[in-house]
Amino acid sequence: MLQDKDRIFTNIYGWQEAGLSGAKKRGDWDNTKAILAVGHDEIVDRMKQSGLRGRGGAGFPTGVKWSFMPKEVTNRPHYLVVNADESEPGTCKDRDIIRHEPHKLIEGCLVAGFAMRAHVAYIYIRGEFVNEYRALQSAVDEAYEDGLLGSNAANSGWAFDVYVHRGAGAYICGEETALLESLEGKKGQPRLKPPFPAGVGLYGCPTTVNNVESIAVGPTILRRGADWFSSLGKENNTGTKLFCISGHVNAPCNVEEEMGIPLKELLEKHAGGVRGGWDNLLAVIPGGSSTPLLTKDVCETMTMDFDALKAAGTGLGTAGIIVMDKSTDIVRAISRLSYFYKHESCGQCTPCREGTGWMWRMMDRMVRGQAEPHEIDTLYEITKQVEGHTICALGDAAAWPIQGLIKNFRPEIERRIEMNKTVTQAAE
Amino acid sequence: MSIHDLVADDQPENFSFSAENEDKIVKIIAKYPEGRQASAVMPLLDLAQRQHDNWIPMKAIELIAERLGMAKIRVLEVASFYTMYNLKPVGKYFLQLCGTTPCMLRGSDDVTRCIKDKLGISSGEMTSDGKFSLLEVECLGACVNAPIIQVNDDFYEDLDYDSTETLIDALSKDAPPPIGSVKMRSGSQAETGPTSLEKMAAKSQKKKSEKTAGTAAEQSRN
Repeated sequence: MLQDKDRIFTNIYGWQEAGLSGAKKRGDWDNTKAILAVGHDEIVDRMKQSGLRGRGGAGFPTGVKWSFMPKEVTNRPHYLVVNADESEPGTCKDRDIIRHEPHKLIEGCLVAGFAMRAHVAYIYIRGEFVNEYRALQSAVDEAYEDGLLGSNAANSGWAFDVYVHRGAGAYICGEETALLESLEGKKGQPRLKPPFPAGVGLYGCPTTVNNVESIAVGPTILRRGADWFSSLGKENNTGTKLFCISGHVNAPCNVEEEMGIPLKELLEKHAGGVRGGWDNLLAVIPGGSSTPLLTKDVCETMTMDFDALKAAGTGLGTAGIIVMDKSTDIVRAISRLSYFYKHESCGQCTPCREGTGWMWRMMDRMVRGQAEPHEIDTLYEITKQVEGHTICALGDAAAWPIQGLIKNFRPEIERRIEMNKTVTQAAE
Repeated sequence: MSIHDLVADDQPENFSFSAENEDKIVKIIAKYPEGRQASAVMPLLDLAQRQHDNWIPMKAIELIAERLGMAKIRVLEVASFYTMYNLKPVGKYFLQLCGTTPCMLRGSDDVTRCIKDKLGISSGEMTSDGKFSLLEVECLGACVNAPIIQVNDDFYEDLDYDSTETLIDALSKDAPPPIGSVKMRSGSQAETGPTSLEKMAAKSQKKKSEKTAGTAAEQSRN
C-alpha cells in the first residue's frame, strides 16, 4: 500500500487551506525557477523517464506527448490546454484537485507550458463546476499577485499566463479536439485527425491537451525525481493515481494509491468493502463508464493498471471505479449508460448519432425483456457497426459497455425475455 | 426538434448588459488573442443568463453576436448545443438531478420520487409558482458523493429521500442549507473516516474547531 510520504495530493480531501499559503506549506511553488532552469527538453526527458502515462483515460505517455510539440516557435505561438471537462460517469478526481489542490495544477501548467515552449495555458473546466471554477480562478489570481504567473513567472524569466475557460454542459468537450473547437467559440464537435493538435491545434497553432491530473503531478515528479515516481507502481504502469470508488461500497471515496494495486485491496482498504461483503459483488466497471465491466471472478485477482485491465478486455480509463452488488439491475445500469451516450452524442457522425439512439431504445426494451432472443445478436451487431466508424471515441464508448454486458450477462438478458413472454402469455 | 421547442415563446423586447457586466466583458475578451474574440461567446452567454433570471433571451443572443462580430446563427448554434444555456425560463431554484448510473446505484430514484411527492414535478417541469423547476441531467462529476442535485450553482451531495425533503423544505423558505455533502463529510473522504493521510487529518481537526465545516470552494465564495 502507498505510504503517506509518497502521496502527491496531500490535501485531496480539503482538510487544509487550498489557497497559496496552504499550498506553499505543502511544498508547491518551492523554487519552481530551479525546475525550469534545467531547460525545455530536459523537463520533457525527465517526464518520459518517470513513465507517467496520461491520466485522462487513454494512458498515452505524457512526456512523449509533450515531445511532439515543435522545437522551434515560429509565428504560430504554442498553447497548453488543460482538459478539466471531467464528465466521464464514475470520475470525480479532477474536481478534488481543482478545489483542494489548485496550485498543483497551476504550477504544473507553468512547468508543462515552459517545457513545450508555450506562454499561455487555457484550463477548460466543465460548466457545472461553478464553485470549483471560483476556487481555481481565485488561486490563479493569487498566483499572479505573487508573481508566480505573469511576465516573469516565478522569477524564471519566462512569461506565462493561465486563463480559465468554463464549458457549459457537453460531455463531448472532454474529447480534445472538440474541446479546442469549443474554446474557439464553436459547437463542441471533434475534428478529424490528422492533423493532430501538436501540429494544428488551438487557433491553428501547435497545442497539447492534457488531463488535470497529468499536469498537476508534474512539479512533484520533477522535484522528487523521475526515479522516485517510476519506483512506484509497476513496470510501464508507474507512479500513483487518484482512484474514484463509487456505487455499492460501504464508504465511497476518492483516494490516491499506487498504480497496480489489487482491486479487492483497494475496495476493502479504502472504501469499506463491497456492500454486504465481497461475496455480494456482482460486477465492477473499472475505469469510467465506457470501460467494459468485470465480473466478480475476474475482480478477485485484478490489479488496477493500464496493462492488466487491457489484457482483461477492458481499461483503466480514468480509474473511476463503479461497483455493483447483487441487488443491481445490471441491464438497467448499462441501459442508463446507453441513454447517457445518446444524450451526449454531438450528432456529427451518422453511426453515432443514429446508433446511440438505436442502441438505447433496444437496451430499454431489454431491461423489460420486450424483445426476441435473436435481437441480442442484432444489438451486438449494431454496437460493432458503431464502434470504429466515427471521428472520435464516443461511438466506441457507447458500444463497449453493451458489449461487456452481452459478453458477461447474456443469460440474464435471455431470462428477462423469457419471463416477459411468460407474463404476456399468461395475460392473454 | 425545431427551434420553437427550444426557445421561449414570450421574449423581451430588449436586452442590454449591465454596466458591471460590460466591465467584465472587456476583461473576458482580453483573455483571448486579438481577432479570436469568438472564444468569448460561452462566457458572454453565461453572463447574459446570470443577468436575466437564469435564462437567455433571443435579444441577448443577437447582442452577443454583434459584440463579437459573429453571425447570429453561430451564437444561437452554440447556445442550443450546450445544455447549460437555458433558452426558456427556469424556476428560482433550478434542480438539476443527476440520474446517471453512479447516482442511480446510490438511490437517485428515491430523490426523484421525493421531488415528485413534495413538488409534483417531473423532469422538464416547473411548479406553478415558478419557484422550482426540475431537470434530470447527465453525470455531474461527483460520483463518490452520489446522489447529487445541483441547485443553480451549488451541489448537494450524499442525498436520500429524507435529506432531499429537508433540502426542499429549506429552499421553500428561501434558506438554502450549506452546500456540499448533506452528511457533512469533508469532500470525497470516506464517510467512515480517513484511510490515508491520518496525520494530516488529525492536524486539521484542531483547526476545524475554529471554523464551520465547509469546502474551499465555499470559502472562496464568501
